[in-house]
Amino acid sequence: MTPSVRRTRRMLELAGAGAAVLLTLSACSSSSGSSNTASDASGSASPKLSGTVTVFAAASLQESFTALGKEFEQQHPGTKVTFSFGGSDTLAASITGGAPADVFAAASPKTMATVTDAKDAAGAPETFVRNQLEIATLPGNPGKVASLKDLTKPGLKVVLCDKTVPCGAAAQKALDASHLKLTPVSYEQDVKSALNKVELKEADAAVVYKTDVHAAGDKVEGVEFPESAKAVNDYPIALLKNAKNAETAKAFIALVRSAEGQKVLGEAGFLKP
Amino acid sequence: MTDARNPGAQGPDAQDPEGADRQGLDARLVVDRGGFRLDVALTAAPGDVVALLGPNGAGKTTALRVLAGLVPLSGGHLRLDGVPLERVAPESRPVGVVFQDYLLFPHLSALDNVAFGPRCQGRGKAEARALAAAWLERMGLAEHAGAKPRRLSGGQAQRVALARALATRPRLLLLDEPLAALDARTRLEVRAQLRRHLAEFEAVAVLVTHDPLDAMVLADRLVVVEHGRIVQEGAPADIARRPRTDYIAQLVGLNLYRGEAAGHTVRLDAGPSITTTEELSGPAFVAFSPSAVTLFRDRPTGASARNLWRCEVAGLETHGDQIRADLTGELPLAADLTTVAAADLELQPGAPVWATVKATQTHAYPA
Amino acid sequence: MTSPDEPGAAAGPRTDRPRRRRAGKGESGGTTPRRIRAAGRRGVPLPLLLPGVLALVFLLLPLLALLVRAPWRSLPDQLTSTEVWQALQLSLVSATLATAVSLVLGVPLAWLLARTEFPGRGLVRALVTLPLVLPPVVGGVALLLALGRNGVIGKWLDAWFGITLPFTTTAVVLAEAFVAMPFLVISVEGTLRAADPRFEEAATTLGASRFTAFRRVTLPLIAPGVAAGAVLAWARALGEFGATITFAGNFPGRTQTMPLAVYLALQNDPEAAISLSLVLLAVSIAVLAGLRDRWLTGV
Repeated sequence: MTPSVRRTRRMLELAGAGAAVLLTLSACSSSSGSSNTASDASGSASPKLSGTVTVFAAASLQESFTALGKEFEQQHPGTKVTFSFGGSDTLAASITGGAPADVFAAASPKTMATVTDAKDAAGAPETFVRNQLEIATLPGNPGKVASLKDLTKPGLKVVLCDKTVPCGAAAQKALDASHLKLTPVSYEQDVKSALNKVELKEADAAVVYKTDVHAAGDKVEGVEFPESAKAVNDYPIALLKNAKNAETAKAFIALVRSAEGQKVLGEAGFLKP
Repeated sequence: MTDARNPGAQGPDAQDPEGADRQGLDARLVVDRGGFRLDVALTAAPGDVVALLGPNGAGKTTALRVLAGLVPLSGGHLRLDGVPLERVAPESRPVGVVFQDYLLFPHLSALDNVAFGPRCQGRGKAEARALAAAWLERMGLAEHAGAKPRRLSGGQAQRVALARALATRPRLLLLDEPLAALDARTRLEVRAQLRRHLAEFEAVAVLVTHDPLDAMVLADRLVVVEHGRIVQEGAPADIARRPRTDYIAQLVGLNLYRGEAAGHTVRLDAGPSITTTEELSGPAFVAFSPSAVTLFRDRPTGASARNLWRCEVAGLETHGDQIRADLTGELPLAADLTTVAAADLELQPGAPVWATVKATQTHAYPA
Repeated sequence: MTSPDEPGAAAGPRTDRPRRRRAGKGESGGTTPRRIRAAGRRGVPLPLLLPGVLALVFLLLPLLALLVRAPWRSLPDQLTSTEVWQALQLSLVSATLATAVSLVLGVPLAWLLARTEFPGRGLVRALVTLPLVLPPVVGGVALLLALGRNGVIGKWLDAWFGITLPFTTTAVVLAEAFVAMPFLVISVEGTLRAADPRFEEAATTLGASRFTAFRRVTLPLIAPGVAAGAVLAWARALGEFGATITFAGNFPGRTQTMPLAVYLALQNDPEAAISLSLVLLAVSIAVLAGLRDRWLTGV
């Protein structure tokens, strides 16, 4: 977004978008208010960490990041990690629009680029995990789907993510690479909606992320396919320029990238970068 | 008012009342509704025009709605021309209704309003419209056939409503306060027209009104309803002359008293007696018109002590060039006098007066 | 609505002298309402004027922002894309069909609620308004659970007739009707309650069955209310997003309506999203303004 857009946006906020203003104000006061409070509980050599870290993260990271957040708060008493999970695009749009966030973890380099292009990131983003596509089928795989090609079988209701969202773009990349033409019944607005259609048995299969299949438990059955290697999604993470609590935010990023963080993410189905 | 028309000169009233269970209306309408009970018996021969007269809330309109089938009977019976109607749906009853504010369908022309009934009875569009045109013609409304109800005057709307009700060829015509929605001038004109149309109507007509004049002009027989019950019924002139309740007496503008008669004297329950020309014994009513009352400033000398009462003016009301004095005292009564007379007597609220009535101008009848 | 010829006027008691009424006909259409309006303008109280104008600004400002930020240069390209026309066409067709469904089913429901007594009527009325408070996405999920391939009813539709609704244009119409019908029902029920039920009684005494009375008397009388309700429902259906994308999915030409296209365009091409929104806005304003002139003020 151009600077003038941002200016208008701020004016609008001042004029009427009270909720956004209030959020900003409360975020400010809570972090500045607690940043001076000394806490001696942590015995580590690193500088005392405190205050609230606000993390905007892709929806697929919900389970693992929530777990890591809890762990971080335990390791650093006096800190608090709050999350906003959502579609990477939506999150990127709110960050460039001035939403108060310290860390952004996106599901694709493209969405991260929206933020870096707007010069809202502090430093270069780093890829912390990768996610691979997988086919989600009904439990027991009644359609006998064994490969990406099987999805083109007539009579099989397949849902894909829309091409405008990362999982859809990745699926298209995989299909193109294997010269397959697949007509789904629907291009869903995000990966969870695509998965949902299979969970509700409205669709027979969906092309989603491995982590989503993992998170859905036994409500769907995952089918790996080799073409997914051609459409691996990198997840970049970055500290944001307007971070109110940069030190603590950096520590959280470090935790995500540590061996411990990778273990939690790996359990959720993510691949190492 | 007492010179209301002679019922004998009106309508084919010669019919034997016993024959009413064959032709015409034979009904006992009982409706129980949360503390209010309506229980009235109505019979009428074809050609009769019956007026239900009564104060607001007496149950007249309820009775009409029961006859139309819009309110179910709680008890009693309803037969029209020998056919029981209790269980017949309103749309299947041979009953036409002229509603108080006519309820002409605002989106239909006068013609289509009148054609509505025949259409519902299964006639073709052209036939129904021709029929409707004939009815409007009869009502003198041919040139207003294409007009929407809102373009019609009150009197015209009333006639369209009548034509609409009659176009279904009902065996019972119901009119709910047919003249109440009209202003005084139109009312006079429409009343005369309505009287003519009702006289031509060959089946039973029942009209509901709280206006005694409408009732007396339009109906052959009055049925006075108070608190859900019939308190008096009969020919208009009879009722006007011999009211049996204060309500009717007030309606017809009479002073009415109840007492115990012995010879030419009726001793009122309240105290004083009234001398009358009739000779009666036992419970009796005495009635006399306010205009029969003569007022004096001082006790009239030379006048007999009969029918002389000491009163006090409670209120004065102007009626045209007449003044009605409302008197309290020995005998509460209403007296009519000219404005000149009132000025001579220096009448004002609180002023003491003597009131007399000639025995020949009273009317006593058994209670 | 300042017209002196409202339908209710004919039902009121006539106290006017006929001659006056007839003579006044020519003038009353011209001078009287104008005088009323002029008088009204003079006496606008500030406590009404200020919030009123503020409300207008509040409602129009976001639309104005859309216009200000619109990529006017690339607009022609957007408008010539077949996907946009497909989505627009689908939107108009499905919103109109949803309105038709709402009319056919909703008007009778409104009549039942307004004119009949049955146990639990209050509860039924509350349930009718439920889709208004339900987040549309939840409505979409509920529709899936009811009419989906594996849904409570949908299961049998599939087993007996081989009909599966999700991902079809029918599903779009159903989803839109689900969220739009309450607007129609509430609007029509309100009009019915305000309409004099004695007109129906009058029709009944003329030999009309209750249905004939409804069709030939009540329906024409409440036509303005039905029209207003239909316009509301149509507008709601046209803008419907959540229930549609959840129940019908998103497939260009089949289930991708304008709001869906706008939402997805917003993901990676906000400018395109703004252009699409403008198209949707322009079309709705054109249709609503046209209908308003014809139906709502013409009565």
